[in-house]
Amino acid sequence: MCIAIPGKVKSIVNENTATIDMGGICRDVNMDLMGGANESQIGRHFLVHVGYAIAEISEEESEETMHLLRQIAGLEEIDTPESESI
Amino acid sequence: MENGNLPSKPAVPELEKKLLGRIKGSKKPLRIMHVCGTHERTIAKYGLRSILPKNIEVISGPGCPVCVTPEEDINIAIALAKSGATVVTFGDMMRVPGSAESLLDAKSEGANVKMVYSIDDAIALAEKKPELEVVFFGIGFETTVPANAAALLRKTPENFSLLTSQKQTPPAVEFLARDADVDAFIAPGHVATIIGTKPFESLAEKGFPIAVSGFEPGDILLGINLLQMQAEEGISRVDNGYPRAVKPEGNQIALKIMNEVFETSDSEWRGIGKIENSGLVLRKEFEEKDAAKKYEDLYASALEDVRKKTGGKDKKRCICAAILTGKAKPSQCPNFGKECTPKNPAGPCMVSQEGMCYNWFRYSREGGNRVA
Ligand code: SF4
Repeated sequence: MCIAIPGKVKSIVNENTATIDMGGICRDVNMDLMGGANESQIGRHFLVHVGYAIAEISEEESEETMHLLRQIAGLEEIDTPESESI
Repeated sequence: MENGNLPSKPAVPELEKKLLGRIKGSKKPLRIMHVCGTHERTIAKYGLRSILPKNIEVISGPGCPVCVTPEEDINIAIALAKSGATVVTFGDMMRVPGSAESLLDAKSEGANVKMVYSIDDAIALAEKKPELEVVFFGIGFETTVPANAAALLRKTPENFSLLTSQKQTPPAVEFLARDADVDAFIAPGHVATIIGTKPFESLAEKGFPIAVSGFEPGDILLGINLLQMQAEEGISRVDNGYPRAVKPEGNQIALKIMNEVFETSDSEWRGIGKIENSGLVLRKEFEEKDAAKKYEDLYASALEDVRKKTGGKDKKRCICAAILTGKAKPSQCPNFGKECTPKNPAGPCMVSQEGMCYNWFRYSREGGNRVA
C-alpha cells in the first residue's frame, strides 16, 4: 500500500496525466500532486504511488543522499548503486 | 510455507558494510521503532536484523495502512457491498478479515466488490457504468490521501462516493511514544515526501531521536546510524536520511490539495483504539461525496448490525495489536504459520506485503533475526 515505485516520464498524455516507465512497465500516472503534467517533465524521475506521482526525485537529490552516505561511511569511491539509477 | 523465499544471505555491499561497521562501533543500546510497512519489508527481505549487533533492536510499529484499518470499517464496507453498492478498493484491502469475513469472501458470496489500482480507476468505472453506485473504500496514510483529494477536486460522477478510513502518521507515533518501550524512531520515508520532516519535530522535542529513511538496505542502516549518533551526543532532532525524495517542507501542492478536501478528526486504529487527531475525513463542502452521508440510513443500520453481531466475538486469538505496538513478535502468535498464512490470513498483519507477519512468514520465520 505504501510502496512507491520510481519511474521516468516518457510522454505527456494530457494536462493531468503522464506516461511513466517504471522498471520497463509503462503506466499512465496522474500528475496532479506535482501541479499537473507538462512537457518539461519528460525525462525526469518521480515516485509513483497508487497511480499518482507523489514526489520528484532529481539527480541532485540522489546525489545528496550519496553525499550523505559518503560522509557518514567515510567513503569517497562508491559508485552509484543500481537502485539509485531508478 | 512459501519455499524459495527465505533470504539466502543478507546483501551487504561495500557501502552497507562500512555503515554496519559504524553501527557496530557504537556501544549504546537502542530500541528503534519504524512505522512503515515498506521499511519492514526491506528489513525482513535483506535479513537486516540478523546482521545488526545485539544492542540494536528494530521493531515494527503500525506502519501498514491495511493492518490498522479497523474491523468495523471493513464490516461497513461489506455491508454496503451486500446492499447493492459496488465497493471498490485496493487488492490488499479486499483480503483483510473484518469481524466475520473479508470483502473478498463477500464477493464470492455475490456482493459487488472490485479491485482497483488507483482511485482514478474507481472513478472511470463510475463513469462507464452510471447504473452502478460506486463506493471507493479509501484507506491509507498521507501518501495515499492526497490522491483521493486530488480526484475529488476534479468533477467526479454523481454515482461515485468515498468511504473513508484515512489516517495521519505523526499523531500515532506520538501516541505510541507515550508508553511504548522505544528509544528512537525511523520515520516513514514516503509519508515524509508529502508531509516533510516538520511534523516529527514535536516528537524529537520530547527526547526521541528521529531519522527519516529511504527503502534500500543502506538507507535503513544509514537511519540507524543517524539515530545512534544523536543518542551518543545526547540530542534528539529529525535527521533527513532520504533527501533525494524528502524535502523538509514536504510536497506543498499535495498538502494544499489534501487540506482543501479533508480535515483532521479522531480515528480508530485496529487493535490500538482511538487516537486523537489521527484521522482525515471529508470537509462539509464535499459531503455529497461522503458514502457515510450518502447512504446514511444504510450506514447506520449496517453499523448497528455489525456492532450487534460482533459484540464479544472471539477474534481468533490474533495478536496483531501487540505486534503493531511493538509488544510482541509474530512468532509469539499461536496462529502464525498454522491457521494464519499469506494464502489464508487470519489477521491483517498477514495480508499485505507491508504486514509484519507476512514479512516474517515470507522471508524468515524468525523475521530476519536468523538467516537460513
Ligand atoms: S500471525 Fe496472523 S493471527 Fe497472528 S498476529 Fe499475525 S496476522 Fe494476526
